[in-house]
Amino acid sequence: MKAFTKHTGLVVAMDRANVDTDQIIPKQFLKRIERTGFGEFLFWDWAKLDDGSTDPEFELNRPEAAGASVLLARRNFGCGSSREHAPWALEDYGFRVIIAPSFADIFYNNCFKNGMLPIRLSEEMVDDLFARAAQHDSYQLTANLEDCTLSDAHSLSVSFEVEPFRQNCLLNGLDDIGLTLEHEDKITAYEAAHSK
Amino acid sequence: MPTAANPPRTLFEKLWDNHIVYAEEGRQTILYIDLHLVHEVTSAQAFEGLRLANRPVRCPAKTVATADHNIPTTDRSLPIVDVISKLQIDTLRNNCQQFDITHYDLNDPRQGIVHVIGPELGYTQPGMTIVCGDSHTSTHGAFGALAFGIGTSEVEHVLATQTLLQVKPQTLELRVDGTLRPGVTAKDLVLYLIGKITTDGGTGYCVEYTGEAIRALSMENRMTVCNMSIEGGARAGMIAPDETTFEYLRGRQFVPKDYESAVERWRQLPTDDNAKYDKSLKFQAADIAPQVTWGTNPGLVVSVNDCVPKPSDYSDATEQKTAASALEYMGLTGGERITDIQLDRVFIGSCTNARIEDLRAAADIARGHKVSEHVQAMIVPGSGLVKQQAEAEGLDRVFKEAGFDWREAGCSMCLAMNPDKLSPGERCASTSNRNFEGRQGKGGRTHLVSPAMAAAAAIAGHFVDIRDWK
Ligand code: SF4
Repeated sequence: MKAFTKHTGLVVAMDRANVDTDQIIPKQFLKRIERTGFGEFLFWDWAKLDDGSTDPEFELNRPEAAGASVLLARRNFGCGSSREHAPWALEDYGFRVIIAPSFADIFYNNCFKNGMLPIRLSEEMVDDLFARAAQHDSYQLTANLEDCTLSDAHSLSVSFEVEPFRQNCLLNGLDDIGLTLEHEDKITAYEAAHSK
Repeated sequence: MPTAANPPRTLFEKLWDNHIVYAEEGRQTILYIDLHLVHEVTSAQAFEGLRLANRPVRCPAKTVATADHNIPTTDRSLPIVDVISKLQIDTLRNNCQQFDITHYDLNDPRQGIVHVIGPELGYTQPGMTIVCGDSHTSTHGAFGALAFGIGTSEVEHVLATQTLLQVKPQTLELRVDGTLRPGVTAKDLVLYLIGKITTDGGTGYCVEYTGEAIRALSMENRMTVCNMSIEGGARAGMIAPDETTFEYLRGRQFVPKDYESAVERWRQLPTDDNAKYDKSLKFQAADIAPQVTWGTNPGLVVSVNDCVPKPSDYSDATEQKTAASALEYMGLTGGERITDIQLDRVFIGSCTNARIEDLRAAADIARGHKVSEHVQAMIVPGSGLVKQQAEAEGLDRVFKEAGFDWREAGCSMCLAMNPDKLSPGERCASTSNRNFEGRQGKGGRTHLVSPAMAAAAAIAGHFVDIRDWK
């Protein structure tokens, strides 16, 4: 798994709630059998006009969003389908950090498995970040997973919570399967005790 | 028996405790998985991961696969036209062969939507932990199983270790007292609950549905309710096993050989008296009318005799914005009566509502009527066995005579990965579970309803209150 310690990047604000994984990566792109190459299809139905050309109005297509790696959104981000293609597409596009007041459980979990950091903040704090992103050109945020702080160049510094186990796995890029297999004897013992 | 040393526990807590392989302060619990269901869309990358790391599948016998998401629902003897779909389906078949996993292939009568065939074949049983790379795995919770959807990295983890790393969720009791009114179904019940708790009300929770109205539901109806737990944000939703559960499973192909002693074990599972949920919400069955969604998430729902809301009906700014963009996408302005909404398409299918009881309910409405001239309606059974049963009962003839299209089993227009899809602007009454933008085809407009409501809408050409149907 990819490690994540600290990241500074350009923020793109997506003022939408309940962004579902069907939007993040529409189903017509789920037929691929690889893990890579999904970035160009990210938010396809929103990013393209009916004639297939790029919609200049869509948040990620605006010139000021070029190179963004921090995504700011509203509540319940990543709801719906369990498709891990959604974090694959976000990561492949270049996102490393996603900030929202809440995330759907499966999506939240999938992010960590792909070296991306989802950060939950209060509604008020997210409101404040939207205001800051609107106020400053090329607004950047720094997410530091070691001390769990989010900061900007305009004296903002807030802490966020991450469960210690996930923090440790992500900081060190640990392979979940490898970690579990360290306890293989316990799996074998469980199976022996429960075989009827 | 709960004692001071063994405090009363909920159904969820018993299942969780029974499956702990290893727990330690400060790390996620290693939870044993009894049944792993696999389909073509979320598994290829997981099998590839195993190959790259040179890892075997730990328990092929606890893994069952079928292709459902992007298969055509037309004649199965014809080749699959979409080459990328075909590659994905072939890849699943090859992976199952290589790793020695049971696979219900397209020509097998037992093939179908993974959440329909698990229970139907008796793989799904009370007390189990069940996972699948699909969010509607919550369906299997209807049997008193702990069942939830996972991502592809987790699919690989389960294949390699037969366990998962998990954070213990909290418990949420949704209790529905009283009796559902005539014409009101399990689908209406669950849409109503989602409307009340909203689409993220269940986030971080495992839901247990309780109360008289839930106990009275058949197994198929319980599956409809648990299926949509994820639409309320809960990864898992469950219902305690009882005689209804045991009778449904008795005699199915893969249930335990010594069935009666299995039933004795399963009787220990329901939540103990005085056990505490982290949160409990109560509802009255009599308050529930047939439901119709009007927006672009399942929580945007009203009763059939209501009007579509306006953004100004909401107080919260984010909700106003969500409502406004949902109305725009849906081609509505707010204020329309639901029964005035005209339809172009009707889809009866999906893991929510494509079991035999759903098809019977739709056929009861359709019998002797004709589908409206401006509506195209299709029926896609949840599995090959459901299709066989429906044909044995003559339901296919009822549908065909009424002008419905009768298809082969699969996910079909629930997510439109195969050729069954809406065109931009088309409006559809659908028995599926998601009305997200583009879910049934780019620009398509989906209203979620029960099978009876969908059938009546197909005939009338617009929504009707099923309670007035003659
Ligand atoms: S029927 Fe729809 S919701 Fe159910 S598994 Fe298939 S695509 Fe998913």
